[in-house]
Amino acid sequence: MSAAEATALAASCARCHDCGLLCRLPGPAPHGARCARCGAELHLRKPGSLERTWALVIAAALCYVPANVFPVMMVTSFGQVASDTIFSGVIYFLTHGMWPLAVVVFVASIFVPVLKLASLTFLLISVQRRSSWRPVERTRLYRVTEAIGRWSMVDIFAITILVALVRLGNLATIDAGPGAVFFGAVVVITMLAAESFDPRLIWDRIEVRKA
Amino acid sequence: MRAVTGSGVVIRLVACEDCDLLHRLGEVPEGGAANCRRCRGLLRRRPRNGLEHTLALALAAAVLFVVANVFPFLAFEMKGRITETTLVSGVVDLYNQGKQEIAILVLFTIVVAPLCQIALLLWVLLPLRWNRVPWQLPHAFRLLRHVQPWSMMEVFIIGILVAIVKLMGMATIVPGLALWSFVLLMLALAGAVSSFEPEAVWERLEARA
Repeated sequence: MSAAEATALAASCARCHDCGLLCRLPGPAPHGARCARCGAELHLRKPGSLERTWALVIAAALCYVPANVFPVMMVTSFGQVASDTIFSGVIYFLTHGMWPLAVVVFVASIFVPVLKLASLTFLLISVQRRSSWRPVERTRLYRVTEAIGRWSMVDIFAITILVALVRLGNLATIDAGPGAVFFGAVVVITMLAAESFDPRLIWDRIEVRKA
Repeated sequence: MRAVTGSGVVIRLVACEDCDLLHRLGEVPEGGAANCRRCRGLLRRRPRNGLEHTLALALAAAVLFVVANVFPFLAFEMKGRITETTLVSGVVDLYNQGKQEIAILVLFTIVVAPLCQIALLLWVLLPLRWNRVPWQLPHAFRLLRHVQPWSMMEVFIIGILVAIVKLMGMATIVPGLALWSFVLLMLALAGAVSSFEPEAVWERLEARA
């Protein structure tokens, strides 16, 4: 078998999603074929990748608006209620001179979700337009998008801890706001979106052009 | 697919996960990795330390997990009143406030997913230690792979830091025993996961067969 510059697809083989074993497919339509080693169903590409990723990206973008508009946290102290949105949380740290933390929260809660939505949208459009522009860099962009998603959870975790610690009745109480639920949804849905995108689609277009 | 050359070296044909290019792969040296020559994606890595190392770290993580979840991890003192919280009681408070979605998300990412990782690693590595084939091995690997992205202990540590700084001006924060064991747990589990390569287990089983 010649392995030089050929893809698994061209050699009618598929890499098992679960254990990574390269399996030869019995026919052109590999429906129901299973991995010889771990028994997982084999697919040449992630099934319905573009449709699924688009649906999740749009859902995440819709949740992103209420996540930023509604308060994520309400602080009650001595009977007075102050509410915080994600953005005002960053401003709070800035005005109190804690700029390293302001940077951490800004990157985790504002920059990363926007970057994820923008880069997934860009990858989807570039694949659909059959672009052959810089495939190595686009693949790297995908890997970064997949790796950074989890860091957006910082705010959700901080709120959980504040809610758990500060419950002193009239003296001081902290409650989670509706924005936190939407923000959590953005993080989960964008992680699922990154997972459902198949970076091999970037390279398939280039293979087609070469042929 | 694999072939054995005349000199006894096993050559495997592998496809890049990110760009599908086929490669002929010989032995990867210990502590080394092989990358795709087209997209630079990771093809295969061989951690320096063997499965025994992973097993030791997974056992340490199991002990630390219990300590981290039983003892309070932060105490908060304001005007003589003290409140303490454990990981689970924090989640319960959130649940009772009507934020069930967030409570479930937090419980899953810092308690359930790490617990699954530890349990699955032990599930696979303990039988192998005594040269037995782990029961339901493919399912264990599949679950381990799916649970991994949702285990977020290192992110939780940063969350704790943000919360502590926010409360600093307001009250006294006392870190508890569980906080330190949580940090150690994160390190042990990260070490266990990064030194674990399912391919090494498959190879060991292939060698037996």
